[in-house]
Amino acid sequence: METRAAWINETGGFEIGGTTYDIEIVSFDDQKDPKRAIAGMEKMAQEGIHYVVGPNVDDGAAAVRPVAEANDIMYFPYAFPKELYSPPASNAVLGMIANYQSGPAIYKHLMENEGVKTVAFIAANESDPLSQRDGGVAAAKELGLEVVSDSVTYQVDTTDFTPVLTPVLRTRPDLLVLSGVSPANAPQLIRSARELGFEGLISTETAQDAGVLAEGAGDLANGFISVGGASTPELASPMMNEFVERYTNMFGEYNDESNTKVYALEYILETLKATPEAIDDVDAFKASMDSFSAPNPYMNGDEQLTYVGMTSFGQKRQIAVPLVVNVYQDGAFETMFIARVD
Amino acid sequence: MEQILANGVYLGSQYAMIALGLTLIFALMNVLNFAHGQMYVIGGFVTYTFYGQWGVPFVLALFMSCMTLAVIGALIEKYLFAPVIKGSSREESTMLLAAGIAFLLDALILLVFGEKQRGVPKIVDGVFNWDFRLIMPYDRILICVLAILSIVAFIALMQYTKTGRALRALAQDRTAAQLMGVNVDRYSMIGFALGAMLAGLVGGLLVTITGINLGMGGPTSIKAFMMVMIGGAGVISGAIWGGFILGFLEAFGLAYLSQYGDITYLLIFVSLMIFLAIRPQGLMGKPWG
Repeated sequence: METRAAWINETGGFEIGGTTYDIEIVSFDDQKDPKRAIAGMEKMAQEGIHYVVGPNVDDGAAAVRPVAEANDIMYFPYAFPKELYSPPASNAVLGMIANYQSGPAIYKHLMENEGVKTVAFIAANESDPLSQRDGGVAAAKELGLEVVSDSVTYQVDTTDFTPVLTPVLRTRPDLLVLSGVSPANAPQLIRSARELGFEGLISTETAQDAGVLAEGAGDLANGFISVGGASTPELASPMMNEFVERYTNMFGEYNDESNTKVYALEYILETLKATPEAIDDVDAFKASMDSFSAPNPYMNGDEQLTYVGMTSFGQKRQIAVPLVVNVYQDGAFETMFIARVD
Repeated sequence: MEQILANGVYLGSQYAMIALGLTLIFALMNVLNFAHGQMYVIGGFVTYTFYGQWGVPFVLALFMSCMTLAVIGALIEKYLFAPVIKGSSREESTMLLAAGIAFLLDALILLVFGEKQRGVPKIVDGVFNWDFRLIMPYDRILICVLAILSIVAFIALMQYTKTGRALRALAQDRTAAQLMGVNVDRYSMIGFALGAMLAGLVGGLLVTITGINLGMGGPTSIKAFMMVMIGGAGVISGAIWGGFILGFLEAFGLAYLSQYGDITYLLIFVSLMIFLAIRPQGLMGKPWG
């Protein structure tokens, strides 16, 4: 967001309703702590801010809901609880693809193309990974997969996963799902699984870092399936490529997952551009979401920025970004398939 | 069962090494070094930088980890702990200082090495597989052997060298050691440096298996304190016992209790509380300290 804001300001600002604005990002680090997230949202309210991107974890996103609703704040969490986006809630807009949307797509693809019949889940003993595991298990069962293991969890500070994985791999699944796995744990889990002789597929519904996988697991990570950022070389427009270049210059290195994060600010600004009164009136913002549409500058072709989510939430409270599923190979991600979410 | 026992030995050897440095510092100075985990993390990052980034041979990178931590440990003792111990008779002063150093090291690690998980190339390829009854990658076997050899070398140093005798004398009775001509300031610094060096050594060894990241420091310290409390604070053999007991508890718990969820550490903590209520000095510690 800071990259995009600096870029807009450098090129003269953003015009809304005939006035050109510089974009100022007010940041607050909630440290994944719900109490701090509430404090952060209250700070935004005190400063008269109506549009917030975040929080990034389930607990924090749920915790800030009363503050956001009481202070007319639209917020764009990267968190998955459905009740945040389903009526009667109306102020939260999911800023990415949820695991209960990407998981079924991945399992279905692997069932049809790789003959996967059995699946095992392992998750860190934290709220986000556990809820993602539960969502994944439900989705897998609905698709007709046999879930052979779903009770094994690990402490998030685990450093050696061999003892953790041993009972899971005894169930000999075709697919091992690392539910909600963090980029720090993924390489160690993959490495331990492969070293224990597991030859099946390994996947996750979270985005990963190719550099971290290369360092931590090397070639053992080849074939690892994960959700990517909202772009691929084929999808990326020149503007997305410029964003990547600017981001890299600003922060030193680029993470594919940042493709997703560029969208929230763009959606907010373009929606405000289409409905200028929404700068101070979030009801106007909400009213415009059903019909809002604008060209997507980050994708090639005639792709549009629109709000989706009718199927998952019963109302349009999710930004439309492509669901990109990647497979890791020799130090980089390759696109496995691309799907869309309503 | 073979796999569980092997996991227990492997975990126990690395845990024992982590606990050794902590208990040494406690024995010598009565300091609960909350920064021990952060020292372990720095050791991992130094090996990562030399071996993983600059291509220096692993053994040399490991040596650099040891030396870096020994210097850091010596400086921390000389310029932070020694003045506080001399100027304050309250034990909580050193505890607060140790906690402050832990936060400081965390911040420095973040600044210097960043927040990302880092890993290094495997030092040995291949996996030992005994008919799928016992699977152990060769690098883990090597690290386990190196850890056990390091423990043996440390015990030998403490038992058979002049420095070791001085350190043991210091641990037994600081005043008596001083009266016998032991340079207390010098050996306190050496002891702290040695404890920090052990943290660096184990960090450097384990980065080849587990990788390293900023967040590992706190949990490592907690586990190290658990091992020390099980074995008896300030007792070298107790730290080794504590490390292996925790390693085996973890290996058995993860194997047999995983179907009930993540309750292994819950039960370990409950067991530790009951154990300490019955035997507060730990397995090898003496009730009088």
